[in-house]
Amino acid sequence: MHKMSKMFVLAVIATAGISTSYAYTGGPDKPGATEIPVKTDADNAGLKLPAGFGALKAIDGLGHTRHIAVTSSGEIYVKLDRPKDGKGILFLQDTNGDGKIDKQTGFGNYGGTGIYVKGDYLYASSNTEVFRYKLDAKQHVINTETPEKIITGLIDRHQHESKSLTLDNNGNIYVNIGAYSNSCQVKDRTKGSMGMKPCPVLDSAAGIWQFKADKANQTYGDGVHYATGLRNVVGLDWNQQQNQLFVMQHGRDQLHDLFPDLYTEKQSADLPAECMYAVKKGSDCGWPYIYYDPEKHKKMLAPEYGGDGVKTAGESAEDPVVAFPAHMAPNGLLFYTGKQFPEKYRNGAFIAFHGSWNRSPEDQAGYFVVFVPFRDGKPSGKWEVFADGFAGPGPVKSPGQALHRPCGLAQGPDGSLYVSDDVKGTVYRIVYKAK
Amino acid sequence: MKKILMAGMMVVMALSAAAQVKKQAPAGTTASIARGKVLYKQICATCHQADATGVPRMNPPLIKTKYVLGDKTKLIKVLLLGLNEDVEIEGEYYSNPMPSQATLKDEEIADVLTFVRNSFGNKAPAITPGQVKAVRATIK
Repeated sequence: MHKMSKMFVLAVIATAGISTSYAYTGGPDKPGATEIPVKTDADNAGLKLPAGFGALKAIDGLGHTRHIAVTSSGEIYVKLDRPKDGKGILFLQDTNGDGKIDKQTGFGNYGGTGIYVKGDYLYASSNTEVFRYKLDAKQHVINTETPEKIITGLIDRHQHESKSLTLDNNGNIYVNIGAYSNSCQVKDRTKGSMGMKPCPVLDSAAGIWQFKADKANQTYGDGVHYATGLRNVVGLDWNQQQNQLFVMQHGRDQLHDLFPDLYTEKQSADLPAECMYAVKKGSDCGWPYIYYDPEKHKKMLAPEYGGDGVKTAGESAEDPVVAFPAHMAPNGLLFYTGKQFPEKYRNGAFIAFHGSWNRSPEDQAGYFVVFVPFRDGKPSGKWEVFADGFAGPGPVKSPGQALHRPCGLAQGPDGSLYVSDDVKGTVYRIVYKAK
Repeated sequence: MKKILMAGMMVVMALSAAAQVKKQAPAGTTASIARGKVLYKQICATCHQADATGVPRMNPPLIKTKYVLGDKTKLIKVLLLGLNEDVEIEGEYYSNPMPSQATLKDEEIADVLTFVRNSFGNKAPAITPGQVKAVRATIK
């Protein structure tokens, strides 16, 4: 009944929202200038946004679209989780400028998550390798069949296998290699099993590796073990203002399942924080020995290593820059450098939270895009939900109920924010509408 | 009109009686399902979810799949050995490893599997502790 009335209200809003709204997206350096107006969807693509913002579905139904990259002319590359008809990368074009994708091609016979455009190259990852494709002046791939394999032989053991990537301005590429483990127990995800010490996962995973962006066939020995103690990073971005790598860690799961005498179900739903870290070469963020408690604001000794929910540890481990509620699964991070959005958003961080699966019996959480204002490379205010409603109108008890789950983020040349969804393969475009 | 109503009620009564008979038939199974339900919540529900719909891309659903309803030996082995390979169900892939549940007793494995095979819209014969014991013997 409650659900029905909500649906009715939504229908009314959708019908009422026919009044056409346009976004005057301007050029890269012309805020508010009227170029090609992009028409937002009457229902803002089903999203709840701050006043002044609108959204459209650029395209729908692509499949499991993970990360997304937008070129200097606003064309889109998306990475599919698994190749569809032999195509793991889709190239999406809007040939008439109405904001809706009307031409779609594909290439790259491998699934994966990472995709990034930097300079004259498109970079894309499978779960074990990274490739790059030379781009022409329009940032179109010159030869889709012969990418350069720049990194190979990375670990994929069916858990935290996404090889997300970003690049700096000095020819380096940063690749996440997630831990093939939850908390480095002798027996993974097994009740009462204690942690291995030292944790052997850390030598080849649970960290960020730095490689050369232009060198072929690199593997572990050729790269720099840039940051460690990061359980799994799916969202990461190079902060241009700070000239520094920022990452979002997926915190550990199942404190109650594995140590029921130490943690209640409620504590397990609320612990640990999903953390943003500013990392530098040599950073250790503490996994698996510690986790971060967002209420106590402290690094806690993990129960696998003798922790009891009270003992703190990890004095030498990095402190998070921002601590978010547990289990929301940050899959995309983007520092906004565009000029389309109001001043407050400049240089701040957008984070796509894929949404939780292990907060039961509580409702699941996340399934939204949040914003954190930044000044001089540091958060200058509290985080806030920026775009919500991806999952649908009702509460999510189980992630299978979510209609869409935000996964990747990208910024268009006009300052539009793009969000990819890996349930149905919707590409959202969020714009600021001139007052 | 009244006659139709009466006839309808009789059909409903007959059906519910039939359903009760059906339920009563395997008395041991009913008790096994009840014990399995408790175990499912403790051990399985976090990953496979309370409604057994699983987690997209990660943990497979347990609803009307060949893994759950099919070969008993294979299913028992998944619990005893765990599983670390991609599972494909109706064109979707699930990649997260399943930890071994070998520390559970034969009866507990039988109970939880019997519960899963007879819940969430599933309907399949019970699994007995003897069957679990036999499979365990082949992998020791």
